[in-house]
Amino acid sequence: MQTRKKYIFLTFLASWLLLFFGGDQLRRFAFFPGRKAEAQRNWPRWTDRSLLKSFADPEELQSDGDPSLPSPRERRAAWLSVYKNSRCRMETCFDFSRCEKNGFKVFTYPRERDQPLSESYGKILTSIERSRYYTPNPEEACLFILSIDTLDRDHLSGQYVRNVDEKIHNFPLWNGGRNHLIFNLYSGTWPNYTEDLGFDIGQAILAKASFYTESFRPGFDISIPLFSKDHPQRGGEKGWLYQDSIPPKKKYLLVFKGKRYLTGIGSGTRNALHHIHNGKDIVSLTTCKHGKDWEKHKDTRCDKDNVDYEKFDYQELLHNSTFCIVPRGRRLGSFRFLEALQAACIPVLLSDGWELPFAEAIDWGKAAVVGNEKLLLQIPSAVRCIHPERVLAFQQQTQFLWDAYFSSVDKIVHTTLEIIKDRLRPHRSRSRFLWNALPGGLLALPDFSTHLGDFPFYYLQLGSSPSEKFTAFIRASSPADSLSQPILRLIQAVSGSQYCAQILVLWSSEKPPPPRGKWPRTTVPLTIIQGSGKLSDRFFPYVAIQTDAVLSLDEHTSLSTSEVDFAFVVWRSFPERIVGFLTRSHFWDPEQRRWGCTSRWTNELSIVLTAAAFYHRYYHSLFTEYLPVGLRELADGLAACEDILMNVLVAAVTKLPPIKVTQRKQQKDTVPQQVGCEGGRGRGDPSWAAKQSPSPLHSPPKVKGTAGAGSRRFSQRHDCLNQLAAWFGSMPLVSSQLRLDPVLFKDQVSVLRKKYPRLEKL
Amino acid sequence: IMCASAKYNTRGPALIPRMKTKHRIYYITLFSIVLLGLIATGMFQFWPHSIESSSDWTVEKRSVHDVPVVKLPADSPIPERGDLSCRMHTCFDVYRCGFNPKNKIKVYIYSLKKYMDEYGTSVSNTISKEYNELLTAISDSEFYTDDVNRACLFVPSIDVLNQNALRIKETAQALAQLSRWDRGTNHLLFNMLPGGPPDYNTALDVPRDRALLAGGGFSTWTYRQGYDVSIPVYSPLSGEVDLPERGLGPRRYFLLSSQMALHPEYRSELEALQAENGESVLILDKCTNLSDGVPAVRKRCHKNQVFDYPQVLQESTFCVVLRGARLGQAVLSDVLQAGCIPVIIADSYILPFSEVLDWKRASVVIPEEKMPEMYSILQSVPQRQIEEMQRQARWFWEAYFRSMKAIALATLQIINDRIYPYAAISYEEWNDPPAVKWSSVSNPLFLPLIPPQSQGFTAIVLTYDRVESLFRVITEVSKVPSLSKLLVVWNNQNKNPPEDSLWPKIRVPLKVVRTAENKLSNRFFPYDEIETEAVLAIDDDIIMLTSDELQFGYEVWREFPDRLVGYPGRLHLWDHEMNKWKYESEWTNEVSMVLTGAAFYHKYFNYLYTYKMPGDIKNWVDAHMNCEDIAMNFLVANVTGKSVIKVTPRKKFKCPECTAIDGLSLDQTHMVERSECINKFASVFGTMPLKVVEHRADPVLYKDDFPEKLKSFPNIGSL
Repeated sequence: MQTRKKYIFLTFLASWLLLFFGGDQLRRFAFFPGRKAEAQRNWPRWTDRSLLKSFADPEELQSDGDPSLPSPRERRAAWLSVYKNSRCRMETCFDFSRCEKNGFKVFTYPRERDQPLSESYGKILTSIERSRYYTPNPEEACLFILSIDTLDRDHLSGQYVRNVDEKIHNFPLWNGGRNHLIFNLYSGTWPNYTEDLGFDIGQAILAKASFYTESFRPGFDISIPLFSKDHPQRGGEKGWLYQDSIPPKKKYLLVFKGKRYLTGIGSGTRNALHHIHNGKDIVSLTTCKHGKDWEKHKDTRCDKDNVDYEKFDYQELLHNSTFCIVPRGRRLGSFRFLEALQAACIPVLLSDGWELPFAEAIDWGKAAVVGNEKLLLQIPSAVRCIHPERVLAFQQQTQFLWDAYFSSVDKIVHTTLEIIKDRLRPHRSRSRFLWNALPGGLLALPDFSTHLGDFPFYYLQLGSSPSEKFTAFIRASSPADSLSQPILRLIQAVSGSQYCAQILVLWSSEKPPPPRGKWPRTTVPLTIIQGSGKLSDRFFPYVAIQTDAVLSLDEHTSLSTSEVDFAFVVWRSFPERIVGFLTRSHFWDPEQRRWGCTSRWTNELSIVLTAAAFYHRYYHSLFTEYLPVGLRELADGLAACEDILMNVLVAAVTKLPPIKVTQRKQQKDTVPQQVGCEGGRGRGDPSWAAKQSPSPLHSPPKVKGTAGAGSRRFSQRHDCLNQLAAWFGSMPLVSSQLRLDPVLFKDQVSVLRKKYPRLEKL
Repeated sequence: IMCASAKYNTRGPALIPRMKTKHRIYYITLFSIVLLGLIATGMFQFWPHSIESSSDWTVEKRSVHDVPVVKLPADSPIPERGDLSCRMHTCFDVYRCGFNPKNKIKVYIYSLKKYMDEYGTSVSNTISKEYNELLTAISDSEFYTDDVNRACLFVPSIDVLNQNALRIKETAQALAQLSRWDRGTNHLLFNMLPGGPPDYNTALDVPRDRALLAGGGFSTWTYRQGYDVSIPVYSPLSGEVDLPERGLGPRRYFLLSSQMALHPEYRSELEALQAENGESVLILDKCTNLSDGVPAVRKRCHKNQVFDYPQVLQESTFCVVLRGARLGQAVLSDVLQAGCIPVIIADSYILPFSEVLDWKRASVVIPEEKMPEMYSILQSVPQRQIEEMQRQARWFWEAYFRSMKAIALATLQIINDRIYPYAAISYEEWNDPPAVKWSSVSNPLFLPLIPPQSQGFTAIVLTYDRVESLFRVITEVSKVPSLSKLLVVWNNQNKNPPEDSLWPKIRVPLKVVRTAENKLSNRFFPYDEIETEAVLAIDDDIIMLTSDELQFGYEVWREFPDRLVGYPGRLHLWDHEMNKWKYESEWTNEVSMVLTGAAFYHKYFNYLYTYKMPGDIKNWVDAHMNCEDIAMNFLVANVTGKSVIKVTPRKKFKCPECTAIDGLSLDQTHMVERSECINKFASVFGTMPLKVVEHRADPVLYKDDFPEKLKSFPNIGSL
């Protein structure tokens, strides 16, 4: 009984299903003509389509020229008079010839005593003066920066500088603004907030916040972000993303908390924001309290809005939301933009017509949702539909961009300069890829190469790998006439490696190098380079270095072929890091409130000495060209500082610790390796190894070395670390707790099975 | 609200009550009937379509000469000139586009008409071959709609590709009388040859008010950034001549110029280059003494030598693309097709599709003033970059230049991306040639973040019924300082987990998740209960790992959060005799996988394993009850391009229970099965993503002559 009922029900269900799904199809079968009529509205397949004529005669296409036209030179000359001021482009308003002889040099006008200077503009000028492009000599300059503060051009503001026109026209260098760069954060004033700066910028390049696309001269002006006067000069705060979670586990989906203007420009957008508030995952709060006389314009929502507004904390929302609405204010840009970026709260831009900061270089589509003010109500559903993987990618990109281009005034200013520099030589400029991939455009120098595969950062994205050979680079500075035993042994060991392409010896001694015949015979080419004696010489980008990998060595270093082989194989897995044997670690000394470093045997490491280390040859270029001269001089002046500087530089670029690989045990008396951070490495002092007894249980770093010289070097190395931290604005070094050993290292298994048995021998 | 995004279940496998046996048959029958119904429906769905496509009876067959004629009175309105200040937010009506789940704009094409002036003279050629191809492509694309009321973008069928072929005023009048013209709002015009003598404007001179212009040959002064689209000048040779792809690398000539109508000033500069650099530079010109019947456009000459065009372009590494009267030149298309790297010398020119294409990777742009330095500039391009640019150039041609269809679709896609920016195509999709797309990886965890130690990790123990052993594992793991939560995945549906009171008391929260089915993939489900980034997957019989060993594993994972960090390593090898992959668990000097019997990894990979595992691997693993760890190793290596990290000397998980049944034959079947898994996965992934390395991670002071008590991880375990 039960069963029969069931089967009847089943049959019924099946036929019903057939009708439901199939019926529509059957109906369509029956009514052909209806479909046909619909299809007719497609673009017709003309019967004579093959007979149609081409849009242009091939002859016409290929000989698109007109000898009667003015010559290119005349045309360019004519451009100069037509495309001026608001129609400026680099080719018409910028004098490239100024940059040819001395390269890209930037001059800042001397600051005048009586000239008021806002904090932000002071920082901008400092940034330029700290950059490697700065020149105090206007003769050799390519770009000029005014000392007049042009940041705030709202004439109601206290920082508004009057009579700018008059002042600049008295500058003999002004030249109609040619090759000048003007910074501005605020333009125009109540009620219209126009783009007007209140003076004639002429042919000067304008780097301005809140740029409106219509007044933006593409390829000429630069849009910069709005930043507050508290924005740090250098370094800058880190981003707030500590955790990559999927799905994004944040309390809110979309938030906004800010003022709304009851009347006037920009009020439309902000007055509408309350519509999307749902009190749950979308929080959009506005307050009417704005200006002195807000109560005059007060509307019916104001009282309720003002109450709701107080219930939430801005910072709390910023930290706990996936998306942040960044609407226009009176002007197009707002502080909110950088705040959201730092907080990894994906900016949802509602600011129509805003030329986004550095859009010439930065692909904002990867880090922000560019919304449309008119389509506010679609925003919630649009952001809800973004895939979780994409949200995660967006979040990470905000952090990368924040850290690479925005976290300090230095970075903002340097990005501006690099964008201009790239325009001068388009064939040696950064591709969009370089700007938008880690570590960012400021750290990828097109002067080194325009080929992505030449950099240590992009192998995975390109699907390639670093070259299979390395260049051994030995620094020799001992004053002896003949070659010492260690260096001979070192050359033998290194040239024995199957991966060694060549050996370079940097001869830094005052005495001439021994003649060719005195050098050992090697299977690989051996070249001697005469150095100038400076410590930073060892990181000069010598043309002779052609392999991706450099094995940096000191003449005293003792290494075996196995060690070299294994380390190189490891480096190929981590081509962007320093991979080496001898390590140090840094620490924060809370008593003295400064950084210190130690060579004690510790469970951690953050510095790999370049007396024996593999790294990418690009770091030679970065060291020599990216770092300002002052920093390199610092390294030249302090003992063993160039080592730390290199480590700090690589850590600042990669944000990753270096890698320590297995080192063979050695007899203690010949080991210089364990000599401490404390003692420096006493270059040029042959007895240094003996003085510093290598003891595993070294005294803690606070107890300084015994010898007077030692303690001086100790403080020098610490000084070095502290000065570098000051220059970078933070301590870039990152600690690691691991060492990479061969897979079977010291395992209880026959040595015959092991690929690197020699690493385990004494 | 409908989302295009795939919804996924965050709750975890739901508990399904076990069916009673007597109802089983009933449900199975019900299910099969429903299935049959669905199959039948599917057949009905596809049957009629196959008829349609085989004979295109739905498409009308007419001649272009039969189209209706429209007479334009002399005083009919003319649109305003193009508005240079137009931007998407000022001149474009986004309300027409609306929000739709597919994030696709709808494009309407006006039907074809023939326009005559008052005197009956036609205004232009009805339609050119290329414009017809373009409109056909749009009509066949996903963007097309035949409903004018639903359209977001309107494309007139009035052909304005070549300004020389049309009468400006009358064409403008024809545009103005289009039914939805409305000052040209949301209308898109395609033009390739703008301007005319003597001043050759760089944008179409036809007054078009607010209409968007897809133009070939914009200069920075006429291009409305973010509004107009810069398109290539189509070269009809693309369709006529087949230039097979050439190998990469240097070619016979270093630099070649093939354009015929160069300004004498340019030509003399080029000739100076040739004089300086000799044979490596070839400057071609029009042939003067060709016999009749030989098309001049297909030949080029240098002195007395005759070359075939465009084939000769394949003989050179770099090819000059100089501006003529206009900025946009059809030769650019020919050059790209030949895989020659264009050297673009046209100041202020907006390169085709420059909004999305990264031309610096495919071309060299040289300012006109720097022409004399061209040779030395080009010589500074590194050799490997030359190869990449050649590949890139050819790819640009294939994807965006080769046909009117390619040009039309790229243009619409660019406009689409502006309207739905959150669904826009990425830089990589636009720019990476297929070979790069295939071999490159874009790591989803690309930001170098070292997760804070305080976050800790969540241990997930998959268990069936070995309660005693499970409790031991829980007790052992709970000793690890950084453990922040323990999750037991109870995979046994026939038995309830022990009562709360029986579980070991540990210092961190312990949760039990019951699953609906006994599947291996339950171990890799992204449970909501996992609140940390780090996950430790651990089997219920892994009791040999020391607390130091586990803690060290976690510390290593923090330094490599995008990798699998595990203990025993395994290797895949190519078996030359059998011609397939082989699984290796012997004492090898290399590793390419780690066992997930105990491994740390990012929770993201649980998400990937559950929702993004390619092919049928996930179900296959569940069906075979094996190799879930190999699948995870493949997945992670494939998406990150990085190797695993093996930590500590451990080589095996020796469990006391296993030894009894551990036999040689069992071991061998095991190896065969595992090898099969590798081969299966490699074929599904289409590649072998696993990376082989020779290193493992040990604590800094491992086996160093140093007091053990001062080491962070003294008890690091053994083999």
